[in-house]
Amino acid sequence: MSILRLPSIQRKSGSSIQESRGDKVFSWINYTFLTIILIVVLYPLIYTLSASISAPSAVISGKVILFPVDFSLVGYEKIFSYPTFLNGMLNSLFYTIVGSSVSVVVTFMAAYPLTRRDLPGRRFLTVLFFFPMLFSGGLIPFYLVVRDLGLVNTRWAIVIPTALSVWNLIITISFLRASIPDELYEAAQIDGCSDIGFLLKIVLPLAKALIAVLFLVYAVGQWNQWFFSLVFQTNPDLLPLQNILRNILILNKVDLGMMADIKRMADQQALQEQLKFSSIVVASVPVLLLYPFVQRYFVQGLTIGAIKG
Amino acid sequence: MASTRQPNSIDSTAFAGGRTAAAPAGSMRHLLIRMRRRWQLYLLLLLPLAYIIIFNYIPMLGAQIAFRDYTASGGIWNSEWVGLANFERFFNSYQFSRLIVNTLSLGLYLLVVGFPIPIILALSLNQVRTLWFKKTVQMVTYAPHFISTVVMVGLILQMLNPRFGILAQLTAALGLAPASVMSKPDLYQSIYVWSDIWQHMGFAAIIYLAALTTIDPALHEAAVVDGASRVQRIWHIDIPGILPIATMLLILNFGNFINIGFEKVLLLQNPVNTSVSEILDTYVYKVGLASPTLDFSYATAIGLFKGVIALIMVVVANSSVKRLGQESLW
Repeated sequence: MSILRLPSIQRKSGSSIQESRGDKVFSWINYTFLTIILIVVLYPLIYTLSASISAPSAVISGKVILFPVDFSLVGYEKIFSYPTFLNGMLNSLFYTIVGSSVSVVVTFMAAYPLTRRDLPGRRFLTVLFFFPMLFSGGLIPFYLVVRDLGLVNTRWAIVIPTALSVWNLIITISFLRASIPDELYEAAQIDGCSDIGFLLKIVLPLAKALIAVLFLVYAVGQWNQWFFSLVFQTNPDLLPLQNILRNILILNKVDLGMMADIKRMADQQALQEQLKFSSIVVASVPVLLLYPFVQRYFVQGLTIGAIKG
Repeated sequence: MASTRQPNSIDSTAFAGGRTAAAPAGSMRHLLIRMRRRWQLYLLLLLPLAYIIIFNYIPMLGAQIAFRDYTASGGIWNSEWVGLANFERFFNSYQFSRLIVNTLSLGLYLLVVGFPIPIILALSLNQVRTLWFKKTVQMVTYAPHFISTVVMVGLILQMLNPRFGILAQLTAALGLAPASVMSKPDLYQSIYVWSDIWQHMGFAAIIYLAALTTIDPALHEAAVVDGASRVQRIWHIDIPGILPIATMLLILNFGNFINIGFEKVLLLQNPVNTSVSEILDTYVYKVGLASPTLDFSYATAIGLFKGVIALIMVVVANSSVKRLGQESLW
């Protein structure tokens, strides 16, 4: 590195400014560095995909290194004929769709009034909404509230207590402030538009993109959530996919009934390991398909929230 | 407030006339009138407000059971008041120092390693002139951020599996005995931290990349004319350019470092590594919700102890950001 820090001003006569040798070396190092990062991030993902479509025996004996070995879809066949897994997937779908819809509605109901400068008590209300980011009563008092509301072991335990994310509220507020000028409110009011009318007729149509992406962000969160289900749902029929995955991937608990047709112990073990790869793929594909859309918003959201202040 | 001009102008002009004469009682009436005019906004706020009160503020009141001996019959308000007994019990327990050390060391490890790497990645990406390569690296490094914690931990376990997985293949290639790293408590924190970096470095780099785009290109052009090398331009233009945001994020992360993503800590736990993997948050969960004798009051006291420290740290961090003249959190 010390060589690189030397001022390397090497201009060739006649030509305009060219890359100096030091810069070329730097560029080379830089590309190498990023290529290594690319490989490090990509490798586990490719390995997982390859292992999920290889023969279980090839996976467990370490023959799969990068590409699939002895192509086989037995892992996917098993996982899609596993009723617990399918039920978890349906539950996750419910939590994701219903939960995200509720969240988007609640977030807008809070964000729109808080952007109105003519709302008496706006400052106080804003602080009221933001303070829980800094301090909370803790897990147990939260659990007691949910329990006393009678939500434990219902689907609503997942949908309602997590409805509003303060972080998403902040992003929604700063988006609305940036994209809807005060003059628009004033003009609409002079034309006799009510506050709710303004929200429905002007704010929501202008914020279509934000609504879509807010929905996606909440959806990713709901699809990936497992801890609330661990705490609030003891009924296995209500558990979302992530909790089923936890049993398969981390606790090594698989219903051996699904392997009844496999006699040899070693084959069962191999299949159990391979199931992990196929279930990882099945659970992650929906989110990774959404991600290119969400990612752009995150970039915008982060930029609005942090740089422009 | 010029924007409060109303369609029902008779009302407001009549009131504006009486305003100068009216004393405090009048300004109270003025406020009520302004509030009544905005009733639809309050109507909208009703549901979110109910939500935030029920699920955020009532638990704050409920945290008083940290000072009581919670019983099912007594509930939050009528269980016996025991003062600081639960806190004393925690401070005197053999778990106390271990939990503090585990929480602080993991948080600090994550901060020290996790803070600079996204910056290096962003600076490095910013130097790439081949657009497709830059986009590919960005796409790929952002992606793991969206993987769920459960899947992430499953992936870690599969990759580090002593029989197959990348680690087994590396050790086999080097002619070493297969290593079961998940059963080595010493490696727990490193596994946690480096897998976190694997998952989130690309995403964390976004904010720095955005900051780098706001740097005036004229600075770079001038530096090139003056014969500055790329390294010199990074050192004298790029780094000073992102320094304000980096400082702010460092301070805010420092204020937040006690709030470790405890779901992943919990999922990565196994019976062998609990001596290093038990942190305050996981212990609260275990004492309060996952032990045979659910001790709500004791668990709440531990949670409250952590929550107050976290609050103080965030407030101190935020006021130092303010002192530096940056945009603060609120």
